[in-house]
Amino acid sequence: MQTKKIINDGNRAVDEMLEGILAAHPRHLKSVDGSPRSIIARDGPRRGKIGLVIGGGSGHEPSFLGFVGKGLADAAAIGNVFASPPPDPILECAKAADGGAGVLFMYGNYAGDVMNFDMAAEMAGMDDIEVRTVLSTDDVASAPVGDRHKRRGVAGNFFIFKAAGAACDRMLSFDECERIARKANDQTFTMGVALAPCSLPQTRRPNFEIGPDEMEIGMGIHGEPGIARGKLKTADEITDEMLDRILAEMAPTRGEKVAVLVNSLGSTPLMELYIMNRRVKQRLDDIGVSIHASWVGNYCTSLEMAGASITLHHLDEELQTMLDHPCDCAMFRAG
Amino acid sequence: MTTIDTAHLAAMFAAIADAMSADRDRLCSLDGVIGDADHGIAMELGFSAARDAVAALDAGTTEPTTLLNTAARSFLNAVGASSGPLYATAFMRGAAVVKGKTTLDEADTVAMFQAMAKGIQDRGKAETGEKTMMDAWAPAATAAGEALAAGTGLAGSLAAAAEAAKAGAEATKAMIATKGRAARLGERSLGHMDPGAASAVTVIEAMRIALTG
Repeated sequence: MQTKKIINDGNRAVDEMLEGILAAHPRHLKSVDGSPRSIIARDGPRRGKIGLVIGGGSGHEPSFLGFVGKGLADAAAIGNVFASPPPDPILECAKAADGGAGVLFMYGNYAGDVMNFDMAAEMAGMDDIEVRTVLSTDDVASAPVGDRHKRRGVAGNFFIFKAAGAACDRMLSFDECERIARKANDQTFTMGVALAPCSLPQTRRPNFEIGPDEMEIGMGIHGEPGIARGKLKTADEITDEMLDRILAEMAPTRGEKVAVLVNSLGSTPLMELYIMNRRVKQRLDDIGVSIHASWVGNYCTSLEMAGASITLHHLDEELQTMLDHPCDCAMFRAG
Repeated sequence: MTTIDTAHLAAMFAAIADAMSADRDRLCSLDGVIGDADHGIAMELGFSAARDAVAALDAGTTEPTTLLNTAARSFLNAVGASSGPLYATAFMRGAAVVKGKTTLDEADTVAMFQAMAKGIQDRGKAETGEKTMMDAWAPAATAAGEALAAGTGLAGSLAAAAEAAKAGAEATKAMIATKGRAARLGERSLGHMDPGAASAVTVIEAMRIALTG
């Protein structure tokens, strides 16, 4: 049986969405002439600033283009649903974001994205644009701690891109921007839980099977299998299970600060996210870790998947400064 | 002795595009088991774009290298994903080996075929046994070279390649994925044919029929 969607044509879904986004946010966003899948900030790139280009497959809105704007990313390259963008729109983003000082590519660690962004980086090099790449690898469930570089990038992108965008906006050097981006990634930890599948607009069939009374801890944002499937538990039990893994790795000490992101995978409502967030606060209070800032809502979705993720961003003075640095994006504002 | 010219190569892309359209739903089903069920869509999209782009070239004045590079770029920009860079690199490497030639003899054509496989390997960095399209492409490239050296001609060479690809794809059922998105499934990928290897068989068989059939 096909799933129900409000679409016109599955093959046109991404381009029609982009038309709608540009219509809604003309003050923040525009596409590059002749390259409609390259979305750039109206008020971002400027001379001497390191350009920040992000991107990835569609279906994760507001990731990635929602984080394009002054103080955050200068441009986002848009792929088909759950598929990396090809090199050309990435290259166009790099050209648009380049202020003569170099361009930082940041995206989640997936095989397809790495190949396409690497090809675009080679092409940019031929145009005398220096490109460096920092991959996000915040998904604790996707590989053991010793294999951090193999982990996927998921909702923690939010904090990682935010730190890098602030560093770029503060006109720091290429080395500094890259260092802060890597540090932000190292200090960001995400765990997800899935309750029900999503379906692609072109296929309109569920992308994985799961029982009506089951959940899967650690599932990825494209339905990649997680670490444990079991009976659906209570919000507190689920939150504890996810936080236990995050805190075991992050190992915060009493008196330290974190930023919190409780993110919906698509169809899980704010009510449930706030119930989870309540538990996050209780647990952090218990260990004497204070919450500097929280975000609860849709930040990195997986179409209409049911489920949520929790991300903790371990702050020191520098990362807190980057987090508090103002930004003004189409779908996100801070400072 | 078969000689391949630009028009043959344009016809080859049309044949692969037709084969992908016919195979689309089977590939999506295979991908649904261990991926996100869109591999058939991406392959059809990519080869349709390649077919249309090369059809717009003047076969009389276009060299094979230009045609292959055109196919590579249009495939890549239609698809992105993983199959985009992998097949685009294949065609660009194929293009590089036959640079300067207006027609391809049998050895040139097999060299092009082998360069395609090498391009996929270099871009994806997968080895055989990792449950990817390389499990079809690598044995196919080897078999094509051996058969040509044994004097089978182009038809025999590509027939040997198609057979080897088929056996290679079949063998992926017994493998655990370690590369690409299916790698995150670990042992759950056992028993299922890799969709990238399955579509490689379709590509190679369509090439065989178009170039020697």
